[in-house]
Amino acid sequence: MEENFKVIDNYLMVKMPEEVDHHKSVYISKMADEYIMKEGVGNVVFDFEGTRFMDSSGIGVIIGRYKKISYFGGKVFAINTDTRIKRTLMICGLHKVIEIME
Amino acid sequence: METGQKIENEMRKNTVLQNEMRLSFDAVSVNEAFARIAVAAFVSPLNPTIEEISDIKTAVSEAVTNAIIHGYDEEFLRNSKTNEKNQVYLHCKIIDDVLQVEVQDKGKGIEDIDQAMEPLFTTKPEMDRSGMGFAFMEAFMDDLEVISLPFQGTVVRMKKKLGTISWIRHEE
Repeated sequence: MEENFKVIDNYLMVKMPEEVDHHKSVYISKMADEYIMKEGVGNVVFDFEGTRFMDSSGIGVIIGRYKKISYFGGKVFAINTDTRIKRTLMICGLHKVIEIME
Repeated sequence: METGQKIENEMRKNTVLQNEMRLSFDAVSVNEAFARIAVAAFVSPLNPTIEEISDIKTAVSEAVTNAIIHGYDEEFLRNSKTNEKNQVYLHCKIIDDVLQVEVQDKGKGIEDIDQAMEPLFTTKPEMDRSGMGFAFMEAFMDDLEVISLPFQGTVVRMKKKLGTISWIRHEE
């Protein structure tokens, strides 16, 4: 599943799974952190194109990576969010700290 | 009125939709998806909307995740004296157009329920927990009850009224 993580320029692209729950989140967080530390990427982009479900564990993944990356001056993006995912992110106020792009 | 139509109307009047299921499974994270799908399947005869299914799946996911990572957390597992496998108990009921979901664990229990239910409060920030589990359950379901005592496990009871059944009923 390493093919879901790509480093392009200074961005870590993370392809989110169809269902983002606690079970999947543990793996996503661990891998993303490894890439952040190893490759020294400045920004993280979460791609929700294939995602149809997300619970609060997904929020935790994003916030966790945001804390790490913003410490180094980087930004976090959420792209290709569908209406529901976008609404969930906004209910939690994430639009104030990350950039959400449909 | 035709006999067929009369019988149908009689049947509908006397039917109180009722269904119940119980499911228990190992308290491992891979079963979070299983629990979501099980409840979604159980409620599907009520023809819920996509939105309602999403809401229910999210709430179930939150409650089951809590049972697994908090109910049976490292501390509980360390101190646990039994060799029994830790299980999550799912109990769902449909009465008319209301779905009731109970998620129970026999784990460590909650010391301060009000504090636990505060948005953003979490006992496990190191695990990237957002502390929004109960907030999500409350947002996506119509009713939420939490019963818990330290060392006696936890029961999370949630209810949701599904919209479409009342539409069907009005045809009478």
